[in-house]
Amino acid sequence: MFIEGVQCSSSPWWSARSSRLLGGVHGPAGVRGAGRGVGDPRVPGDGPAGEIVSPSEDPQLPQETVVDFYKSMTLFNTMDRILYEFSGRITFYATNFGEEGTHIGSVAALDPTDLVFGQYREAGVLLYRGFPLDLFMAQCYSSADDLGKGRQMPVHYGSKDLNFVTISSTLATQIPQGGGRCRVAIKRASSDRAVICYFGEGRQRGRRHAGLHFSATLECPIIFFCRNNGYAISTPTSEQYRGDGIAGRGAGYGIASIRVDGNDVFAVYNVTKEARRRAVAENRPFLIEAMTYRVGHHSTSDDSSTYRSLDEVSYWEKQDHPIGRLGRYLAARGWWGEEEEQAWRKEAQRRVMEALQKAEEAQAPPRPALHRRVPGGAPAPGEAEGSHVEALEGVQRALPPGALRGVTRATR
Amino acid sequence: MAAAARFLLRTAGSSKASITNVNSGLHGKYGATLLRVSPSCNLLAKTQRRYAAHFTFQPESVQTEYGPTQKMNLFQSVTSALDNTLASDPTAVIFGEDVAFGGVFRCTVGLRDKYGKDRVFNTPLCEQGIVGFGIGVAVAGATAIAEIQFADYIYPAFDQIVNEAAKYRYRSGNLFDCGNLTIRAPWGCVGHGSLYHSQSPEAFFAHCPGIKVVIPRGPVQAKGLLLSCIADKNPCIFFEPKILYRAAVDQVPVEPYQIPLSEAEILQEGSDVTLVAWGTQVHVIKEVAAMAQEKLGVSCEVIDLQTILPWDAETICKSVVKTGRLLVSHEAPVTGGFAAEISSTVQEECFLNLEAPIARVCGYDTPFPHIFEPFYIPDKWKCFDAVKRMINY
Repeated sequence: MFIEGVQCSSSPWWSARSSRLLGGVHGPAGVRGAGRGVGDPRVPGDGPAGEIVSPSEDPQLPQETVVDFYKSMTLFNTMDRILYEFSGRITFYATNFGEEGTHIGSVAALDPTDLVFGQYREAGVLLYRGFPLDLFMAQCYSSADDLGKGRQMPVHYGSKDLNFVTISSTLATQIPQGGGRCRVAIKRASSDRAVICYFGEGRQRGRRHAGLHFSATLECPIIFFCRNNGYAISTPTSEQYRGDGIAGRGAGYGIASIRVDGNDVFAVYNVTKEARRRAVAENRPFLIEAMTYRVGHHSTSDDSSTYRSLDEVSYWEKQDHPIGRLGRYLAARGWWGEEEEQAWRKEAQRRVMEALQKAEEAQAPPRPALHRRVPGGAPAPGEAEGSHVEALEGVQRALPPGALRGVTRATR
Repeated sequence: MAAAARFLLRTAGSSKASITNVNSGLHGKYGATLLRVSPSCNLLAKTQRRYAAHFTFQPESVQTEYGPTQKMNLFQSVTSALDNTLASDPTAVIFGEDVAFGGVFRCTVGLRDKYGKDRVFNTPLCEQGIVGFGIGVAVAGATAIAEIQFADYIYPAFDQIVNEAAKYRYRSGNLFDCGNLTIRAPWGCVGHGSLYHSQSPEAFFAHCPGIKVVIPRGPVQAKGLLLSCIADKNPCIFFEPKILYRAAVDQVPVEPYQIPLSEAEILQEGSDVTLVAWGTQVHVIKEVAAMAQEKLGVSCEVIDLQTILPWDAETICKSVVKTGRLLVSHEAPVTGGFAAEISSTVQEECFLNLEAPIARVCGYDTPFPHIFEPFYIPDKWKCFDAVKRMINY
C-alpha cells in the first residue's frame, strides 16, 4: 500500500498540482459519496451515494463498528456545534467540522495503548477513545474538574488514561517528541506500541522537519498523520507550499508516505491500520497526508467569510462531508434509518447539553493551582508564602463574580 | 554550525596535544597552571601564553565521605557521572551530535562501547530535534540525557525548552511531565572561542519557570550537580564551563553522589563584601578575595551560586545583611544578565543593610569578541577595582 515515494488518492483543490504529477495512483478504498470517486481526482462525478469504489479494499468492518464510527462522528459534531454556540461562555473554541473522518478513521485503526501526540484539532480521537463529555466541558469551562487545573485555553485536552498527551498551542512542537517516545517503546519488552503524531499542513517550521528527520534516522515506529484541511487560519495551501503537498516531503526523509481521501473514513482506517502494522514490524515511521476540508472557521477568533467563498464551504459541507458520506453508506446497507437518525441526534444533543450544564454550574479550580507544578514556583524568590496568598485573595475580592470562569471572549 | 564546531574541535585537539606534552614532563598537578609552562619549546610557550587562562584553578580539598577518589578533570567527571547513571538506570539514554565516538569535548568517551549503541547514540545535527526527542523519551518515563554541542547552539531548541519542556507538567495538571530530561551543554569563554563558542546563555533560561539551570565550578561539583540534575524530577539544563574541561582537575569520588540543587555554597566567609559568581568566574572572584585581603585588608565572602534557577536568594541575602556590600560577576553581557535579578532581589530584601550600590562586573553589551576576549571578560582587575569603589563609597 505504501510506497517509498508518494501514492495518492483525490481531492479537487490539490489534485491539479500533485496527483497528476504522480499519475493519480488509485486510493486504497473509498465510500463513493456524492462528491467524487476516490480513484480519480479529476472526475468529481455525481454517482449514487454509498457504494465502495474498490471492493477488494473494503475493510469489511462489522455493522456495530461502522455504526459506532457514525455515532462518534455525529456526537463529536454535536459537541462542536453546541460549544461553538456557547463560545461566549468560554474564552475560545475551535471546531472540527468536516474533519471528523480523519479523527475517527485513524484512531479506530490504532491500539488503545498507542500514544497520541495531537495538535489541537483532534478532539475526535479522544472522544472515540472514551474521554467523557463531562471532561471535555470541564476543560473548556476551566472548571474544578478540568484535569489541567484551568491553566490552558479551551480545547487543550489531555488524558493519561487514554494515552493522549496534553495539547499545547505551539503547533507541531509535538512532532520531534514522538520520536523520543518511540525510541523508548521499541527498546522495551512491550515493543508492540506505536505512536501517532497529528499535525496540520500549515506548519512548515523546522519542527516538522526535525521530527520527520529524527524519526527516520533513529528508526522510530511512528505514524505522522497530516490533516491537510486546506487552510492555515486564512492562508490557503496554494500560498503555503510548493512541491507535492505534505506526502511529497516524506520521500526525502526516507519515510514511506501516502496521500488519502480524509473524508473517506474507511480509506483513513485502512492506511492507518497498514501504517501501524508496518511501523511496529519494521521499526520505521510512516507519513499519511489525509486530504480533508476545514468547514468551520479556524476558531472563535476567526471569520472565514473574509477569505473564502460560501459556495466553496457549502460544497464540502453538503457534497463531500465525511459524516454525509458515511451516512449514505449506512443507509445503502440498511444499517441506519431515518428513525435511528432522529433518535440519535436527540440523544446526542441531550448528552452534550447535560455535560455543558454541569460545567456551567461547576466551581473554578482552587487558587493554589496557579503556582503548583513549577520548581520554585511558589512563592517567588524572596517572597514569603503568606504574602502570596494574601495578594491572591485581594485579587479575587476585586474580581467580579464568575470572572475566574473566563466569560470574556478572547481575541486572537 | 557543524563546520564551526568541527573547526573548534580541531583547535581543541591540537591544544590537547600540547597539554599532553607538558603533562608528561610535570605529572600534571594543576591543569590550568600547566598552560603557562613549557621548558622545552619556545614556540609552544608563546602559543600557550596567548591562550593563558584568566584565572587559577585551585583543586577542591579531597573528600572521602563518598568513598575512593580518582584524579579527574571536568570532562572526565562528567563522563563518570554519565557512566554511573547508565550503570544504575537501565532506561537512561545519552544522545546528541557526535556523542557516539565520545563527543567533541570527550565527555562521553567509552560509553557507547560499554553500554551499546542503543543507549549512547548520535543524532542528526538539529538542536530542536535533539531536545524534542529528549522530551519524548522523558515523557515515556525513561531518563533522557541530551547533549547540545555548544551552549551557543542551543537557541534552535529554545522553543522546545521554553514552550514544551518547561510547561509539560504545568499545562497537563501533572498528567504528563518530562522531568527525566537533562540537557548538557558546554558553556562560557574558552580563550579563543569568539562569538559562537563562548556564550553564557543562562539568563535566557532563568526567565523561564518550569526548568532548572545549573552550572558547576569544577570536577567535584560537575559530577555531584549533574547527578542531581539527572535525578531531579524537573527538566534541567546543565551548563559545563568548557574552559575547565581540561584545566580543572580534582580528586573526584568514583561512586555516585549528589550535591543539592538550588543551594549556593559559601566558599570563604568574610565580613566586608559579598562576592557572587558561578562557573569559571568563581575562580576569578576567589582570586579577587585574596587580592582584596592582601592589598586592601578587606574581608570578602565568596559564594558560588551553582543553581541559577530556582536560585538560592536566602544565602545571598543573609550574606549581604552581614557584609553590606554585594558584587555579582558573570561573563554574559551585563544588560539583562542574571546579576540584574540578584541585584534587584537583594535591593528589595537588604535595602537598609547596603553600604554601597550593588556592583555588577560582567561582560560588555557586545557579542563575544575573538582577540579582544581578555578585554571583554570581567577579569580579576575589573572585579578588584569594583571592590575598591564599594569600600570607598
